[in-house]
Amino acid sequence: MELWFSEFHAPDVKHSIRVNNHLYSKKSEFQQIDIFDTPEFGRVLTLDGNVILTERDEFIYDEMITHVPMSVHPDIKDILVIGAGDGGVVKELARYDTVKRIDLVEMDPMVLEACREYLPENASRLDDDRVYIYFDNALRFIRRCKDEYDLIIVDSTDPFGPSEGYFTREFYGSCYNALHQDGIMVNQQGSPFFRHDALAMQRSHHLIANIFPVSRVYQAHIPTYAAGYWLFGFASKKYHPVDDLDPEKWLKLNLETNYYTTKLHVGAFYLPAFLERMLMEVE
Amino acid sequence: MKMNQNSAPVYEALQKFRNMRVVPFDVPGHKHGRGNPELTAFLGQQCVAVDVNSMKPLDNLCHPVSVIREAEMLAADAFGAANAFLMVGGTTSSVQSMILSACKRGDKIILPRNVHRSVINALVLCGAVPVYVNPEVDTRLGISLGMEREQVQKAISENPDAVAVLVNNPTYYGICSDIKAIAKMAHDAGMLCLADEAHGTHFYFGENMPVSAMAAGADMSAVSMHKSGGSLTQSSLLLTGENINSGHVRQIINLTQTTSGSYLLMSSLDISRRNLALRGREVFAKVVSMANYARDEINSIGGYYAFGSELINGNSIFDFDRTKLSVYTRDIGLAGIEVYDILRDEYDIQIEFGDIGNILAYLSMGDRPQELERLVSALAEIRRLYEKDKSGLLSQEYIDPEVVTSPQEAFYARKKSVPIKESAGLVCSEFVMCYPPGIPILAPGERITKEILDYILYAKEKGCSMTGPEDPDILNINVLV
Repeated sequence: MELWFSEFHAPDVKHSIRVNNHLYSKKSEFQQIDIFDTPEFGRVLTLDGNVILTERDEFIYDEMITHVPMSVHPDIKDILVIGAGDGGVVKELARYDTVKRIDLVEMDPMVLEACREYLPENASRLDDDRVYIYFDNALRFIRRCKDEYDLIIVDSTDPFGPSEGYFTREFYGSCYNALHQDGIMVNQQGSPFFRHDALAMQRSHHLIANIFPVSRVYQAHIPTYAAGYWLFGFASKKYHPVDDLDPEKWLKLNLETNYYTTKLHVGAFYLPAFLERMLMEVE
Repeated sequence: MKMNQNSAPVYEALQKFRNMRVVPFDVPGHKHGRGNPELTAFLGQQCVAVDVNSMKPLDNLCHPVSVIREAEMLAADAFGAANAFLMVGGTTSSVQSMILSACKRGDKIILPRNVHRSVINALVLCGAVPVYVNPEVDTRLGISLGMEREQVQKAISENPDAVAVLVNNPTYYGICSDIKAIAKMAHDAGMLCLADEAHGTHFYFGENMPVSAMAAGADMSAVSMHKSGGSLTQSSLLLTGENINSGHVRQIINLTQTTSGSYLLMSSLDISRRNLALRGREVFAKVVSMANYARDEINSIGGYYAFGSELINGNSIFDFDRTKLSVYTRDIGLAGIEVYDILRDEYDIQIEFGDIGNILAYLSMGDRPQELERLVSALAEIRRLYEKDKSGLLSQEYIDPEVVTSPQEAFYARKKSVPIKESAGLVCSEFVMCYPPGIPILAPGERITKEILDYILYAKEKGCSMTGPEDPDILNINVLV
């Protein structure tokens, strides 16, 4: 018997992963949650049928969304993480001793429960005593915050589901308002390759670029995401992601990584010509 | 409700019809969509296949005897009316049929000035004469309220020859008059009580709602099923009470209603009525709780005032529709229409309308908490980014109209076009209104005053969409010669 999980990356493109075992399948108030055991990618978490993470390649996403801002801002103490119920982002952030507080806002408690049980490695630092977990709609949570955080990481799902509100002007504006005057916001910015994704990416870049004085996009290669090619947004009130990078300082921390390096950090901001054009169109 | 509300006869007949695979040699010419593939691709095969004409198994809207008649009886039962009529020309057609059934040329009808344009249009058609009851105005919010009982009684006493009293139940903003007392006053004086319930469908099904017109003893009501009831745009119901001759009402409806009634609209009424009868209570409890939540959240932003049942004063605000989410915006220095425009242009959020002092977001059975969070956050952001000094904003006052001649006389009289700025003192022969809400600032037959002109020019300047006059730019206005 052959059992395969398939996901449409575009209406005419499908990505399939062979499955050994379907470990978890539940419908929460917000979405369908599934966890599979697979021979190539290890355990795979999907929400509404979209791959959120696999044990095999999650390090790329989690390292790139955290170490980039952490190596630019000289003194990050207070962090807000939105989404990220799997715990991967928190796991990376918790490696920094200088961080004082990580507020995690996840709308769906069932995602967290499922990950604690089936992806214990990812969720391993959720019990760190600097981590405060709030089950809430992030739009609602953040409009109450003003001048509170050094860093906001938006680790949401696609803009076409329950996270739609996290790709809006009101959301990015609230993030701006919630950051200190030298704060940074990093968000997952989708993929520029397939048309549907590219339009959503342009739309959110347009909104962010109109709100933050510094707004740059960087890239990473993530095999299980659409086209294997993923973008992150780096928006900030003060620091430039490359000019203000302090490689020596970061290297002294002696953090072992599998994807991120300070050289790759700089390279990730050099984008292909077609993508530069797409971004320029909406800036 | 005494009948079995689980059935939906028009819908069931259409399903049966579809399964019979009938060969169409009748209109419509698209023949179940085959003749118009582009339209079929756009609307879907399911939809165009039931866009069919009257035929024996599907009954006929002009003279219903089978499935449409049954659907109407079920609707009457669900709404607590003696009779119900499926309407396919919008609630405008329900309002007009209601007024044309009650009044004829020269009859007086007592009504508040903040009626929908369709009411005064009906007066143009039938030649009845309006007697306006001054609706109270909330001077802070700048909105017209309901009619006070004493004012209605006074109008009835002064016009014993009037034939009907019309009540908005509720107004666009969700404000209710004491319709039960008004219906009794009207009946005691031998007049009919008519209700415009364009915004009141849910009163018939939700718990702890303001009283519905039929329960309050009104004789007729125009109900916009397509607003809070969930049916397709342009579908509506006309309800009548025990004292109304339904055969006469049917004749009146047939004067202006199409003979090709749309089965898409009728089936949507049928399915929606069934849904409301079976699940309306839970559905509207959810809407009220979302509206209450949004009110609390918006009020906690500061600067805005999302008003609710605290406004109730026992008379001109006899009751308040808690599903309505109206927000007073002038304290942040922005006119409602400005907030309305910013929400659409900058935040991709379309709300129902903005007037000078307020916005109205329409909440319904289709809303979800995550979209409400977007609306609240966008309002918080608008305050943060756009707040201005509030001086210099005009407040909205009720302008008591001087009715010089009946709407019909004025509409058909000899007239000339003059520049609007020079029209003070003359008698208007057409409508001027902001749309929405579509409540006339000037109606045919009313004297134009400087106050009214100031208001029109201010509303135009703030970006209100003005409609009514022949001149689309509203630089000129038609007046009586």
